[in-house]
Amino acid sequence: MTLAREAAGSSALPGSPGDARKDTSEPIVALHDVHQAFGDLEVLKGVSFSVRMGGVVCIIGPSGSGKSTLLRCINGLVPIRSGTIRVANFDVHLLKTDEEKIALRKEVSMVFQQYNLFPHKTALENVMMAPIHVLKEDRNEVRERAVALLTKVGLAAKQNAYPGELSGGQQQRVAIARSLAMRPEVMLFDEVTAALDPETVKEVLNTIRELAREGMTCILVTHEMRFAREIADEVHFTDGGTIVESGPPAQLFDHPRKARTRAFLSQIL
Amino acid sequence: MSGKPRASTLPVILPAGERLARAALRERRAGTHSLRLRGSHGWALLGAFVLGCGIAQAQSQPEAPSIFDTLWKWTPLLARGFVFNLAISFIAMAIGTAVGLFLGFAQISLLPPVRKGAWFATHFFRNAPWLVLLFYCMFLLPFQVTVFGVRIPIPDWTKATLGLALPVMANVSEIARGAIQSIPTTQWEAAGSLAFNRRQTLWMIIFPQCIKRMLPPWMNLYAILTMATVLASIVGVNEMMTLTQRALSAENRPGLLLAFYSYVLLWFFVYCYPIARWTVRLEARYAVNQ
Amino acid sequence: MQLVWDWFRWLNDATGINLTIFYDAFDRGRFASGFWMTVKLSVVCIAASVVIGVVGAWIQGSRFRVARTIVYWYIQAFRNTPPLVQLYFFYFGLGALIRGVGGPLVTNVTWAIVSLSFFAGAFNVEIFRAGVEAVPRTTIEAAESLGFSRLQAYLRVVLPLAFRISLPALNNNLVNLVKTTTLAYAIAVPEMLYVSSQIWSDELNVPVMMNVLLVCYFVIVGVLVYAMHRWERAIRVPGFGA
Repeated sequence: MTLAREAAGSSALPGSPGDARKDTSEPIVALHDVHQAFGDLEVLKGVSFSVRMGGVVCIIGPSGSGKSTLLRCINGLVPIRSGTIRVANFDVHLLKTDEEKIALRKEVSMVFQQYNLFPHKTALENVMMAPIHVLKEDRNEVRERAVALLTKVGLAAKQNAYPGELSGGQQQRVAIARSLAMRPEVMLFDEVTAALDPETVKEVLNTIRELAREGMTCILVTHEMRFAREIADEVHFTDGGTIVESGPPAQLFDHPRKARTRAFLSQIL
Repeated sequence: MSGKPRASTLPVILPAGERLARAALRERRAGTHSLRLRGSHGWALLGAFVLGCGIAQAQSQPEAPSIFDTLWKWTPLLARGFVFNLAISFIAMAIGTAVGLFLGFAQISLLPPVRKGAWFATHFFRNAPWLVLLFYCMFLLPFQVTVFGVRIPIPDWTKATLGLALPVMANVSEIARGAIQSIPTTQWEAAGSLAFNRRQTLWMIIFPQCIKRMLPPWMNLYAILTMATVLASIVGVNEMMTLTQRALSAENRPGLLLAFYSYVLLWFFVYCYPIARWTVRLEARYAVNQ
Repeated sequence: MQLVWDWFRWLNDATGINLTIFYDAFDRGRFASGFWMTVKLSVVCIAASVVIGVVGAWIQGSRFRVARTIVYWYIQAFRNTPPLVQLYFFYFGLGALIRGVGGPLVTNVTWAIVSLSFFAGAFNVEIFRAGVEAVPRTTIEAAESLGFSRLQAYLRVVLPLAFRISLPALNNNLVNLVKTTTLAYAIAVPEMLYVSSQIWSDELNVPVMMNVLLVCYFVIVGVLVYAMHRWERAIRVPGFGA
């Protein structure tokens, strides 16, 4: 069973979000004119984009352009000032209580750049924790699934290691397995390879590539331009809190239309 | 936390956590917590003093002398007491440091009996409460010694000083050992390859480097020791605390407590504050040079 | 048991080592009560200081500047002054005040507990605060992103981590507190030192009692330090630590 299909499989109940979006014309993630600020500092100044089910979207841009904040708005970690965010039948901007946000986060999972895992639990326990305590699933079933997920990301041998004993790339792969254990509809990746050594970046990217190939909806904030070009359906370039340019990777990377995009790309590539 | 080598290329806890762990280890080795005195403490203490004076003044009879006159009256006596405290702290620190350094080096001796004996002595005196050691010296040291037919009296304050020198010795021993063991082994290897013997290595290469590392915890220990000299009041030495209590009971006026105690604390603060600031400066300078 | 006590009586007769705390029932009782008083002071003060530390750390994270300032000055006052002065302050100062306004009679044991708890609590506030703040924000966000409620994330992720990070410092505090209980002698609390001084002034066996006292503290503190190390090793977070 592939990663994504196993992840999405259990949501095929009548009335569930999965059902409603068999019609892939309706995007699974839709942002419209999102504004966000920290106190007086405006971070997002009107961001709009959408992602269809199974789509892979990469967000690139200079530091401070609001990319990470954008991802955190999508899964409700950060509240927005104005605009709408719809994710898998949830109006994220209207969620107030903890229970509502938890319900959202069962559909959207996020992997962070560092300090991702719980250092006082082994890799296996990390993967098992949320399904047991949040989804209230049976411990033995969860353990089986967790071992399977860790095997899929290539870390079956390290299931009893603690995060402090794993390399950066291994930690991130465990983090991906942990997110998949929640069977999300959408996965968010916040610069997951930025803090890694070059050797370990590859193993993480391979894992993400396989996820995308199996049909998981992914939104990645990344600096890995080659990777973005390879797996993205659409790339958004953000700068100063807005999306400056969007388009298929071949077009954006090879024939950027805006000067700012060109300037940024010439610095990176 | 053990020194097991890390496989992780990604840290798992914030540097703040590492700093806390390192600070805990430092304090454990030094045997005392780190005194972090700031200017604002002095002002707060002054404020408490003023408040105390105000309370005392408000509660006193109109015909009684003002609180400032009272304090001024007792100040010479308190000053003598304070100088006494300082003298005790100097001597105890001097003796404790000298013996402690010796013990510290003994703890890294190559001879097992010396090493084990030093370890035991260090930890025996570290585990004992300061007051118990004080009592020990007060009661068990003779009140006079006869050396070469000359009778030398050992007054109470000397016994108290020796009693305070014991924990200082134990803590300095640990500080020294920690400092020596923090010198990287490459230093020893380099010295060895230059044909230095162990004694030369220790004296000319290791120890000079240790001094810098030992200075901040040693100075912190001194500040703590200075404040701990008030313990001598419990065993009957006429230092500042005893005199303050005598003054308070002599005055027999209610509400003088805050004024007098904050007065005493102000004196200690004025003395310990420069030491604490200097310690911080030294710590920072040492960290940079690392 | 009587045989053991009799052996000590023989020891006194044979060598002059007068350990009345073993062969004399009254002294035995006294010393035991002193020992238990020390234990009681230690345990109660540790518990109370942990509570004070948690409450103080929580207040220090609050929005109200007044509350934060009060806790800040409380910490500074109790950290940087000799604990003996703090003890006198509570017993002679606050005690007299309460007696003056006709309040309830607070025993010296209670004052000792209050004073020592606040003394150790001041350190604990800083330790807990640092422990909680040392948990990375992303780890908490990761927990929330997995669907943990804020309370669950706090209980299952933040607190366990903060505790593991704080434990070495907490243990230092604990050992120091046990040693500081001897200060209660100054206000006539019948803990081990006080009781021993009573015994040796009755039985005139000062050197023996002093040595017994030293050995007792060595053992108590030694056991604590050893247990501390074991505990720290057992719950350490691999990959982190000085």
